[in-house]
Amino acid sequence: MARVISQKIVGMNGNEAVAFAAKQARVDVVAAYPITPQTIMVERFSDYVANGEVDTQFICVESEHSALSACVGSSLAGSRVFTATSSQGLALMHEVLYLASGLRTPIVMAVANRALSAPINIHNDHSDMMGSRDCGWIQIYAENAQEAYDWTLQAFKIAEDHDVLLPMTVNLDGFTISHAMEGVTVLEDGEVSKLLGKRQPKYGLDPDNPMTFGALTLPDYYSEFKRQQVDAMDKAPPVIEAVADEFKKVSGRQYSDVSCFNVEDAEAVVICMGSIAGTARTVAARLRKQGKRVGVMKVWQYRPFPTRRIAELLSKVKCVGVIDRAVSFGAPYGALCSDIASTKVQTGIQTKVFNVICGLGGRDVKPADIEQVFEKALRCAGGEPLDMPTSLLGVRQ
Amino acid sequence: MGAEESKPGWTSLPIGAVLVTPGSAERNKTGTWRLKRPVLDAKKCTNCLLCWIYCPEPAIMRGTKTIEFSYDYCKGCGICATECPTKAISMTEET
Repeated sequence: MARVISQKIVGMNGNEAVAFAAKQARVDVVAAYPITPQTIMVERFSDYVANGEVDTQFICVESEHSALSACVGSSLAGSRVFTATSSQGLALMHEVLYLASGLRTPIVMAVANRALSAPINIHNDHSDMMGSRDCGWIQIYAENAQEAYDWTLQAFKIAEDHDVLLPMTVNLDGFTISHAMEGVTVLEDGEVSKLLGKRQPKYGLDPDNPMTFGALTLPDYYSEFKRQQVDAMDKAPPVIEAVADEFKKVSGRQYSDVSCFNVEDAEAVVICMGSIAGTARTVAARLRKQGKRVGVMKVWQYRPFPTRRIAELLSKVKCVGVIDRAVSFGAPYGALCSDIASTKVQTGIQTKVFNVICGLGGRDVKPADIEQVFEKALRCAGGEPLDMPTSLLGVRQ
Repeated sequence: MGAEESKPGWTSLPIGAVLVTPGSAERNKTGTWRLKRPVLDAKKCTNCLLCWIYCPEPAIMRGTKTIEFSYDYCKGCGICATECPTKAISMTEET
């Protein structure tokens, strides 16, 4: 903790905090297309470019598909690259997401999570990122602007590590985080430079050593390259941990794969991601005062999914209610709950699991809603059978 | 499972399917896909090079008096025969 040095608190919303982090990371290239609720992020960054505060090459593009394509090319050339999007924009990027991970380009992208059409809606849920869940990117979910800032900085160091070399998304809930002003504690520019250094590309554009990127691979090679991507995901957690330790030394703020609140001795736990975790902790603290043994597990690192660690933390928990912010139509559970259920199968923990899907299209999830989830988890922990393994909370009949 | 044992495994291949040494396009002879072979009637060829311009592969070579085909890379699409203004190129079945 000795090196925790002077930091200042700046009033910023989530979008501004992320743009500020990208500025401090001294990214070489930004190619982005504005979309609600991420727009401010791109606007702020263009301000930095227009004011000469950064040396970044800002590529104006005609769509998100082009934005991410330009990012892939820039990253292959050896640049540090940042972009940002949301909802329909992320959907339009979908095919390029797989190019970015398959070509092992360490692009950092902020996603201001927003519901997908139709019906058209500009407000927050996680259906955009969950729709691209298997794209091979490291995926982080932030709870507030501070976390969005901190994770964006760390993301460059994690993604660009030669053991990883995977693109990485930092997800922040649209409007709830992207547009909510808060006091964000920021590092000095010099400290960020020391922490991140310059990107050291493994390959890159070099006329003296020409290489081919994006070559065709047929059935005799394709599997081998997918296996390499699996390996990179396996190698990411220790890198994330090491970067988090280093980040803590300069910032005093500790990050990890999950964040637990009163989970150690809890019999009922709510698992969730993003801004909803704050509400869940408030409710959990109130229920604790009533003598109810409840806790909250917030998943920061959704991909790679911290299966073993979650199993260890839940080993003595009797029941978990998993909150998803997106529907996986026709599936037994939402995406996060599917992973918790798989964790149970793979590790043999006895924790009972049920799924609550809520907060779709920006519908407010109130403390009373979360309390219902805790009450159900407590009843289930007490031996009551699970009648509804998956339910949509707060929907009018 | 169809894995070809003689080929390099995932631990020894460059990540991201990067080809770190150039020249694979030259080494891989792709003309084996061809079903029809272009044949030139040298008497009709005026060496106008329209076929050379239209060929989507580098499969037509510039000669001194007429063009020549590179059968290592020609895939037999027949564009050259269609475009030839003097009908000097005919497509014949590969045997």
